[in-house]
Amino acid sequence: MTAVADEAVLQSSFDSTIAHNDRIEPRDWMPEDYRKTLVRQIAQHAHSEIIGMQPEGNWISRAPSLRRKAILLAKVQDEAGHGLYLYSACETLGVSREELTQKLMSGAQKYSSIFNYPTLSYADVGTIGWLVDGAAICNQVPLCRTSYGPYGRAMIRICKEESFHQRQGYELLMTMMRGTDEQRAMVQESVDRFWWPALMMFGPPDGDSPNTERSMAWGIKRHTNDELRQRMVDMTVPQAEALGVTLPDPDLRWNEERGSYDFGEVDWEEFWAVVKGNGPCNEQRLAHRRQAYDDGAWVREAALAFAASAGRVASASEDSAGRVASASERIETKEETR
Amino acid sequence: MTEIHTHAPDDHESAYDGLLVNDAHWAFGTDFEDPLAGVDTTVPDGVDAPALATYCLMLGDDALVLSQRLSEWCSRAPDLEEDIALANISLDLLGQARLLLARAAAADPSVVPALPEGSPVPAEDALAFFREADGFRNVRLVEVPNGDFAETVARLLLFSTWRLALFERLARSRDAVLAAVAAKGVKELSYHRDFAARWFVTLAGGTEESRRRLLAAVDGLMPLWPELFATHDVEREVAGATVGVDPAEVAGEADAVLDQVLAIARVQRPERPALAGIRGRTGRDGLHTEALSRLLAEMQVVARAHPRGRW
Repeated sequence: MTAVADEAVLQSSFDSTIAHNDRIEPRDWMPEDYRKTLVRQIAQHAHSEIIGMQPEGNWISRAPSLRRKAILLAKVQDEAGHGLYLYSACETLGVSREELTQKLMSGAQKYSSIFNYPTLSYADVGTIGWLVDGAAICNQVPLCRTSYGPYGRAMIRICKEESFHQRQGYELLMTMMRGTDEQRAMVQESVDRFWWPALMMFGPPDGDSPNTERSMAWGIKRHTNDELRQRMVDMTVPQAEALGVTLPDPDLRWNEERGSYDFGEVDWEEFWAVVKGNGPCNEQRLAHRRQAYDDGAWVREAALAFAASAGRVASASEDSAGRVASASERIETKEETR
Repeated sequence: MTEIHTHAPDDHESAYDGLLVNDAHWAFGTDFEDPLAGVDTTVPDGVDAPALATYCLMLGDDALVLSQRLSEWCSRAPDLEEDIALANISLDLLGQARLLLARAAAADPSVVPALPEGSPVPAEDALAFFREADGFRNVRLVEVPNGDFAETVARLLLFSTWRLALFERLARSRDAVLAAVAAKGVKELSYHRDFAARWFVTLAGGTEESRRRLLAAVDGLMPLWPELFATHDVEREVAGATVGVDPAEVAGEADAVLDQVLAIARVQRPERPALAGIRGRTGRDGLHTEALSRLLAEMQVVARAHPRGRW
């Protein structure tokens, strides 16, 4: 058989796996473009988890109660854990964490633009949980069924933890709304700032999303950007009512005919400005990551040198990796058993 | 019976609904839960309640302040695994702090700072967020800035070596709350000490630079070590009543453990005199370094802006 014929057989086996909604596994043959698309998407997701630690991490030192401090620290720690599994999923496609980290720091790979917005009050911790994690869940739940096995399995766990974070965020806002007038104003102001950026998280309108069609054909993506955005709006409106906040969109109204909410236009100019690097915090987020990476270089070198000289594994963090399991769930369990 | 909603991962909508259902099945309710709910907080016979409360503040403040310092590493650690590990340790100490501050308030409510009438701020938070620096009873070792990773590791080794030795004895306290906190803490601190000791040895035997940084860290921190074993009057009193531990009693054991780690790392213990206090007053008396009030200014800023706030 010729190489071309071989490839045709492999391609047809791949196509049939996709058609049957079965999983592609690391050792299976896959088209190079499929692999590249996956690496791009999973890496972007991993980077989003890592950069996403910063906006909320900004409030850990100032959390206003010990319980909230524990919840927030555990949540940000979960994000580090998500980054870890996603980098591992990416490694099954033949790309190392180090290589991906370099691409993040050089700007060659992106992360979710939402993290280029600042967190300006403690209410933002709740709003990020409710709206940003909420939008992330809308985007990510379909990925539990994505065609690439390691990614899909990572997503199942991540989605469970994200739902948890979303509830914690919503619960913080609920609690603050039962507090003082200043706290209620803080919640409203935070929702006003995050509503539109949260809707931008679904990406550009379908007409401007060049990769969507192919990703859907490959079973990497399951719904279009606009479909997901509409779902988010429909699900959030009643939650906002229950919370007692107004969503900052004068065009938001129920459309009986469509059985959905109509809503105003996202400011796509702002969206592209942030994507292209001119968001309020793009520089700051990358600078923070580079600084941490550079500051830690001597430690990573020391660990490697020690392992080499001692001829044994020096990973002092072996035990810690085993304890990654959702810190927020552990905290939660502690609360339950009290 | 609470209705439990389970979400099938392939059901798209299910991931995002559920926020509006009866949330009684959420582990976090919307009301504050007393961390000592259901625990007998009666002060044992023959124990001076204010002394017990102050002792709980001492141990609680040690944990709270070091937890705050360790949490500063979040998103800044040398690698993801260390970021996660340091957050874990910070969370463990925060958990110890919550219980100990709540225990202090339950033993002697007069230690809790006064808040405006009707404030919903619970006692543990009033203690953490509304006390001035001179009301904190932590040892000075925990409050100095993190420095680099070597300093963080060296401090954690000193702290967890001492506290583990202390907690192993405290687990036999006549005070049921302290005994329970210590028994749980022993497991946590064993892990903290192990993490710190492994990194200590790794950095000592890693590169020239890592060894240089580690030696500098040890040199800078050793003057804060003797303070951990200096017995304060309150500690003497609670130790006498067999609810607390006299820290001087654990000096031998802690020194032996430390020497063992130093020997494996081939690090000579520097001869450094103890950091002086002022007329004998140190951290346990509320006499701190300049670093503490800055740490507290940041930690307390949101809580203090909303003394009637609900979080």
